[in-house]
Amino acid sequence: MAGIDPQSYPQPVEWTQKSGSMLNSRSATLLVAGKSTMPVAVPIIAVGLSREFVMGRTLYDKLWDAHLVDQQDDGSALIYIDRHLIHEVTSPQAFEGLRLAGRSPRRLNANVAVPDHNVSTDPKERALGGYAGVADATSRIQLETLNGNCNDFNIPLIDLADQRQGIVHVMGPEQGATLPGMTIVCGDSHTSTHGAFGALAHGIGTSEVEHVLATQCLLTKKMDNFRVVLEGEAQSGVSAKDLALAVIGKIGTAGATGCALEFAGSAVRSLSMEGRMTLCNMAIEAGARAGMVAVDRVTLDYVKSRPMAPIGEQWEMAEEYWRTLHSDADAVFDRELIMDASAIEPQVTWGTSPEMVTSIEGTVPTIEEMCDETGKKSLERALGYMGLEQGMKLTDISVDMVFIGSCTNGRIEDMRAAAAVIRGHQKADNVERVLVVPGSGLVKAQAEAEGLDKVFKNAGMEWRAPGCSMCLAMNADKVESGKRCASTSNRNFEGRQGFGGRTHLVSPAMAAAAAVTGRFTHPAHLETL
Amino acid sequence: MEAFRVHSGLVVPLDRANVDTDLIIPKQFLKSIKRTGFGPNLFDELRYLDPFDQAAPSAVRQPNPEFSLNAPKYAGASILLSRENFGCGSSREHAVWALVQFGIRCVIAPSFADIFKNNAFKSGLLPLELDEAVVDSLFQQSADGDVVNLTIDLTSQQVTLPDGAQVNFTVDPFRRNCLLEGLDDIGITLQREDAITAFEQSHQRTQPWLFNEVNL
Repeated sequence: MAGIDPQSYPQPVEWTQKSGSMLNSRSATLLVAGKSTMPVAVPIIAVGLSREFVMGRTLYDKLWDAHLVDQQDDGSALIYIDRHLIHEVTSPQAFEGLRLAGRSPRRLNANVAVPDHNVSTDPKERALGGYAGVADATSRIQLETLNGNCNDFNIPLIDLADQRQGIVHVMGPEQGATLPGMTIVCGDSHTSTHGAFGALAHGIGTSEVEHVLATQCLLTKKMDNFRVVLEGEAQSGVSAKDLALAVIGKIGTAGATGCALEFAGSAVRSLSMEGRMTLCNMAIEAGARAGMVAVDRVTLDYVKSRPMAPIGEQWEMAEEYWRTLHSDADAVFDRELIMDASAIEPQVTWGTSPEMVTSIEGTVPTIEEMCDETGKKSLERALGYMGLEQGMKLTDISVDMVFIGSCTNGRIEDMRAAAAVIRGHQKADNVERVLVVPGSGLVKAQAEAEGLDKVFKNAGMEWRAPGCSMCLAMNADKVESGKRCASTSNRNFEGRQGFGGRTHLVSPAMAAAAAVTGRFTHPAHLETL
Repeated sequence: MEAFRVHSGLVVPLDRANVDTDLIIPKQFLKSIKRTGFGPNLFDELRYLDPFDQAAPSAVRQPNPEFSLNAPKYAGASILLSRENFGCGSSREHAVWALVQFGIRCVIAPSFADIFKNNAFKSGLLPLELDEAVVDSLFQQSADGDVVNLTIDLTSQQVTLPDGAQVNFTVDPFRRNCLLEGLDDIGITLQREDAITAFEQSHQRTQPWLFNEVNL
């Protein structure tokens, strides 16, 4: 395969190449994909439902077929799992279950474990090294339990003191533990992140963690195919996070329930791997367990030379296979949504569900705009919790805290995007705290090599040690009751970042702009202030 | 897993859409390495007026009188009634354990999030999808002040409403069978050991890089 002509490289499918009539004006009215009770400010080119003859296969079909061990008449199937990622919060009960049943892990080398959810991100606490420095006793027991289980069962582990430690969804791709074509599971819903590599990746519960450990398989059912096509060039200042939030705003948090979501279109192809990870990470916030993007040159370039990536002849063999990991031109999707990416502006959530989102130039909806009683009730409750008035401008909302990090936006490009906005500015006086939490020790080291840590620290912000941190606030990093936080994380549920805490989901550039202006501001407008 | 065949119980309403797993069991309770003990903290942030104090875990809490699960008339309820997309968000199975350990055997909603639904079946909790109109009418009956008792028969896939009317439902056949028999998934899968081994060998031939040793 070495020396292949790049021109002959099979290109991911263009929706415009599709045969048939799925995009005609009649089919465009057939389906509103999912249900969102919230009005959104994103124009849609077309929404279509295709029921053509099944010809080719989708990316998801290919991944499914390549891992199908056994299909039963009742619809249940066994699929083989190539990679199982493990962290401290959802695994202890699974290991306990193995012990009680006298079972052992079926294939040790399929597993990689790392502590992330419950680790302290306090640099002083972390500088003590290992677990002895973990101040919270309950957390220390949970972290030690992960180490103990990995030692007892011989599971490969990156432990807390290792520089490669980080959020499981940042560490996996960095190490090449995540590869195209794999089935990847983890006891964490944001496992959808890894689908960015043309992999079938999704979150599982603890019973399934135990099941995968014991059998290397998952008992499951095939999902529907749903393609979201983002066409056009994204505006300056619009990131993958904004694209993801705009899609969720359109289809709702249950819009892709029961589906594997493939992101396609020119705006997706032009994203870096890190951007694609952000997009797939948020698939679960649209209800899809799995998000995915076709393999292309960007994917291969990222994967090559990662520590766990194949080399030599194995690489060539793998690359040949990975190049087939895209939906066929004549593949048919159960559902499809096409959006004009060039019309998407930076997004901000205003409520307590990721679907409660609008553009930075937008306003909080009013009760009259809600289509039904449930929507009205949800809006009233959300505004009450968030302490906002209906109809107010997003740019009039000031923030008390800013969190930059998480499996959604804790990678080096996110750090760079935030630093680019912050450089030359100071934290606004009304902003009490800005936490910048790199997604892994390697992200931290790279950012420090580029001097980004100094940009944050000089602006009066905290540069922390890697972990999940304030995204789910299991550790000491919390938003206090009644405080408002601009956050690059993935969930704005009530209490998610701390009891009574108010979360607004944004991109790293938007979080940075809020940190220096004290309120939501279009990053592009920052220089003119 | 406790089998689920026929269950009669009192319905407690939770009238909101998109009930997420953070709401069902907040993250501060996920530090536990056990599978039990989550019942007292089900819906913790809705159920109590004072936040949980990790330093004093057994302190007496102040129940929120406005929250339905605290109302005396719903004491002993075993069926939770809610709105669409129940269980969205995090994959934490602790949410299912908390419901079951509180005494809930069935959640009725027009729709469920995928991972929650999957998790529920593994712990003997029936995620029962009923039409929005039926759910609406059950909410209405609860709001009218009557307590609602239902009988849910998974064998015949029928719910018997308070007025004696019956509503049919369907549950995935595989999941239904597991619930009816109280079957352990791992036990079922291990019966297909030959198929797994055969697949694994062929998978290793075609994609050998997936089977490389992990040297961290």
